[in-house]
Amino acid sequence: MYAQLVETGSTRLRKLDELSGDERRFQERIDAGIKIEPKDWMPEGYRKTLIRQISQHAHSEIVGQLPEGNWITRAPTLKRKAILLAKVQDEAGHGLYLYSAAETLGVSRDQMIDDLHSGKAKYSSIFNYPTLSWADIGAIGWLVDGSAIVNQIPLCRCSYGPYARAMVRVCKEESFHQRQGFDIMMALCRGTPEQKAMAQDALNRWWWPCLMMFGPSDAESVNSAQSAQWGIKLFSNDELRQKMVDQTVPQAEYLGLTIPDPDLKWNEEKGHYDYGAIEWAEFYNVVKGNGPCNRDRLKARVDAHENGAWFRDALLAYADKQAQRSTAAAA
Amino acid sequence: MKKEWPLWEVFIRSQHGLAHKHVGSLHASDAEMAINHARDVYTRRNEGVSIWVVRSADVVASSPDEKAPLFEPANSKVYRHPTFFPMPEEIKHI
Amino acid sequence: MSNDTVQYLLRLGDNALILSHRLSEWCGKGPALEEDMALANTALDLLGQARLWLSYAGELEDAGRDEDALAYRRNDRQFCNLLLVERPNGSYADTMVRQFFFDAWHHLALQGLCRSADERIAGIAAKAIKEVEYHLRRSSDLVVRLGDGTAQSQKMMQRAVDELWTYTGEMFESDGVDEQAVVAGIGFDPVALREPWLSYVREVLSEATLRIPPADAFMQKGGKQGRHTEALSYLLGEMQYLQRAYPGAQW
Repeated sequence: MYAQLVETGSTRLRKLDELSGDERRFQERIDAGIKIEPKDWMPEGYRKTLIRQISQHAHSEIVGQLPEGNWITRAPTLKRKAILLAKVQDEAGHGLYLYSAAETLGVSRDQMIDDLHSGKAKYSSIFNYPTLSWADIGAIGWLVDGSAIVNQIPLCRCSYGPYARAMVRVCKEESFHQRQGFDIMMALCRGTPEQKAMAQDALNRWWWPCLMMFGPSDAESVNSAQSAQWGIKLFSNDELRQKMVDQTVPQAEYLGLTIPDPDLKWNEEKGHYDYGAIEWAEFYNVVKGNGPCNRDRLKARVDAHENGAWFRDALLAYADKQAQRSTAAAA
Repeated sequence: MKKEWPLWEVFIRSQHGLAHKHVGSLHASDAEMAINHARDVYTRRNEGVSIWVVRSADVVASSPDEKAPLFEPANSKVYRHPTFFPMPEEIKHI
Repeated sequence: MSNDTVQYLLRLGDNALILSHRLSEWCGKGPALEEDMALANTALDLLGQARLWLSYAGELEDAGRDEDALAYRRNDRQFCNLLLVERPNGSYADTMVRQFFFDAWHHLALQGLCRSADERIAGIAAKAIKEVEYHLRRSSDLVVRLGDGTAQSQKMMQRAVDELWTYTGEMFESDGVDEQAVVAGIGFDPVALREPWLSYVREVLSEATLRIPPADAFMQKGGKQGRHTEALSYLLGEMQYLQRAYPGAQW
């Protein structure tokens, strides 16, 4: 999802009776549904994993501003422009809430940003795909934000207090994001044949990357099992992906669009849709930096940060001068 | 110069006259900017009518190690709660 | 309703629309997350104002043009915003100085419009002035901080002030449309805003340790009459692309 392939440092999952002392009390609290707060004792692995997961999530929000921001200046009506601007601004806010949550674990925002810029920290693969038409803005809201909600609602119950609280705020604000995307798609699908074709083309390009976004199957993954035990991952990648497919297919039918998967079909027995094989080679390529937009996205972020350095420094310098002036005046 | 804006905790009072509530944090170069940023970040949906900001470094918190001596003694003072006193059904307004 | 009133409203709407568009170009690329969000708030306020002014202009014109027809299907010669607001973003210093010059004027202009004999104009102005009060406080504040910040920030701010100064004179030029608005009691006299604007700007720049350029410097003009800088048609080319490429489509 927004945090993919998060490393926990665990090689083997230990059961409660194998733990002792602080570690055991910690696990018992999590099992009892008691939130862990910043000053509480926590295993180093939990702290580091959370920093990786939350900062990846934050980076995804910030980098995620770019593909949609790409169309703010070309939005087709003033109303759409206002909605899109507000939405992309919300994403900056979500990044900010999440960076703050990670900061409670003893890492600074600057450190996290440096890690993003150096390529050490990742962000979601989905934002390395280009937005080539206005319909992509609809498709992102509908599919990507739709997937995000599937993932984020359970995280509101995760074990780390500041992360859970940030997610509550994010989910509350995000509720309009998916709807605005679907609304764009509805307008296109009810529009001219050219508009409908634009919508179909967007769905064709975004469908598979969206399924990939949940990450490869983690049924066998020690990292996922560890994260689940720590209460910071509440559903498996496959479960979340299935949920997204199940909720999206009827929506696509309503729009009169075809999901680009010939193997997609309802499985009466399972009560779910079956879908075709995902090309994981593409996913790993994008994660490695070979997506269509990896370089552009990272460069845009690095440029913004570097070009803004004088601004951030100037405000600090002014604050320092003011503090000195008021000390001098008081003396 | 490679220095980060300090971190601030933000408290907002909603329109309903309740107490200021912690809503999150942000970075700002000084107190005045922190108020401005809090307005721009945390009140975009009509959330509040008053803002407090406090430097995160200035917040003094109780220690989790002291949870037992600090908070458990209150558990045994059940008589501080109205439900401790059963009232006869026919008695109203009490 | 007179053509002049429509024109008058278009000027107000175009100022807000074009400046909002410029600010929206920063979205996701600002110098700090908090600042990015603050600037987007200003952009959203201005966009909201633009929609109100343009919608009213469309109603008065009574030719079936709504806010979108006016925003997306007029050519650059038909846009009548001030040259200042169409100037490219440049560095964040340029963006802030442009904003400050405009906010200081905008606030005075809206004070005048709040007293408009046209209730609709007065109503829009009353809503907008609350937003613009914050814009002005914010941009003044940042001009002071950045001017009196580091040696580098001061240099960048001074350069921005010197560069953009030539586009400020137009804000205080009156033409037939303005005169008509004053006569009808619906608008303000731009000439009268010059002194209060200068005195406010002088005060803020001085606190910011920035030199104010001479008041009698050469001033560019023509925006209000539809003669723009080269920057505008590129902006419109981008903004109007979808409406131009798919005429008549609903979005």
